[in-house]
Amino acid sequence: MTEVLRTENVRKAYGDKVVLRDIDLVVEPHDVVCLIGSSGSGKSTLLRCLDLLEDIDDGAIFFEGQEISDPRVDARAVRRRMGIVFQAYNLFPHLTVLDNLTLAPRKAHGVDRATAEAKSMELLTAFGLADKAREHPDRLSGGQQQRVAMARAMATDPALLLLDEITAALDPELTGEVLEIIRRLAGEGTTMVLATHEMTFARDVATTVCFLHDGAILEQGPPAQIFGDPREERTRQFLRRVLQP
Amino acid sequence: MPPTEADWTPSARQVERDALRRRLRLRSGTIATVATVVVIGLLVLGVTSSPGWPRVKEFFFSWEDAKAAFPDVLKGFGKNVLLFLIAEPLILLLGAAVAVVRSTTSAAMFPVRLLAVFYTDLFRGVPTILVVVLAGFGIPALQLQGVTTDTFWLGCGALVLSYGAYVAEVFRSGIDSIHPSQVASADALGLSHGQAMRYVVLPQATRRVVPPLLNDFVSLQKDTALLSSIFVFDALFTAQDYASYNFNYTPIVVVAALFVALTIPLARFTDWLGRRMMRRERAGAR
Repeated sequence: MTEVLRTENVRKAYGDKVVLRDIDLVVEPHDVVCLIGSSGSGKSTLLRCLDLLEDIDDGAIFFEGQEISDPRVDARAVRRRMGIVFQAYNLFPHLTVLDNLTLAPRKAHGVDRATAEAKSMELLTAFGLADKAREHPDRLSGGQQQRVAMARAMATDPALLLLDEITAALDPELTGEVLEIIRRLAGEGTTMVLATHEMTFARDVATTVCFLHDGAILEQGPPAQIFGDPREERTRQFLRRVLQP
Repeated sequence: MPPTEADWTPSARQVERDALRRRLRLRSGTIATVATVVVIGLLVLGVTSSPGWPRVKEFFFSWEDAKAAFPDVLKGFGKNVLLFLIAEPLILLLGAAVAVVRSTTSAAMFPVRLLAVFYTDLFRGVPTILVVVLAGFGIPALQLQGVTTDTFWLGCGALVLSYGAYVAEVFRSGIDSIHPSQVASADALGLSHGQAMRYVVLPQATRRVVPPLLNDFVSLQKDTALLSSIFVFDALFTAQDYASYNFNYTPIVVVAALFVALTIPLARFTDWLGRRMMRRERAGAR
């Protein structure tokens, strides 16, 4: 198996409300999979299931060839190989930017401080944040905070990066600088699954676009096909609504 | 059409996974039980095998003395409960009032603010038992007209003053924890400082400080026993009385058991309330 991630018939329900149904998804190395769809279609829940933040109710998730939906799997070991960035940044306010980045490498991966800091500074420099390393997160703009959150997720060299609508809380100007980072990571071959409302961006960077509706992947394919010639009527409706100027 | 549960049956994989989850749950349940039995067993063994245990058993765990003292001790315990029930609402009012006074900003209120600061500093600093003794013996000695000399009420007042200071600080920390943007929003809507406090800040602050408040009340329940030092015939005083006549301390263990029986439900209630609030606050930020 060469794929990074594969899901088979994943199902998730909260009581009677089914939020994910029959999710089949394959992520190959260097793929950028964009999940699109209206709010409540299950994009975030899917990402949370992939990161084992939620137990699935049926189906299976394979990550690097191992079934991680097995209850015996150590979720921490899996998460050490995955990075996730949330809409609300979730930076640790009591730590400096640099300490936010080095915490996981040092404590969860046993990297020594000097190595962790060198690597983190490299990331911060690449993300244009080198001068903010000693600041606390609340001194930074939203876009800068979200870039720090991305750098923090990348600091442990994850095999897969999950991004949950990370530009949804930012104004258009700041959105641009965060998207630029994602574009850059995609160019470097980082494997990513991201939920996004930025259709133009998805068209540009995605290798695969999945349209979710009512908890199911209604249609998936290369961006040119999904945006240019969608098979499903619901996809067409959705795109008409969100692409209207 | 929204999907429902009806058109779905778990796959073989899911059935197996559910069985595995059950087995894992059962296993951790078993481990917890065995560990508990072993730890408690060792503790009991350690105490009962000590050289002095037979004498301790005779003086502290005598069933006959427990039975003989129980009716009087229970009557005394009624006083503890009554004290608690009277003092608690008064403490809440006093604490909230002092906290609100401390968070006022107008210049005219300065002397009252100063008084509030002085009050909390003083009564948080003096050990509660000293306040009780000073009130119980000192106030009657003043021979004031129209002031009660009943140590029950004087002691009750002492507890209210002492705990009021702690509760005021709890309330104040709650008020301080409400984000300034809430006050700014209230100001922007044209509410006065007092109205903002009354309708916006206090309701949120109170909800937030309920767990530490209940913690203080568990502590207050126990501290009602301090009134035994000014000869209020509460549970502890009754038990000590029995102990000095019969040279047996079992009633004191009985009092301890009664206090535990009273505080444990309140402590569990506190836990439950805290968990529920945490769930509510986090519901939006999953």
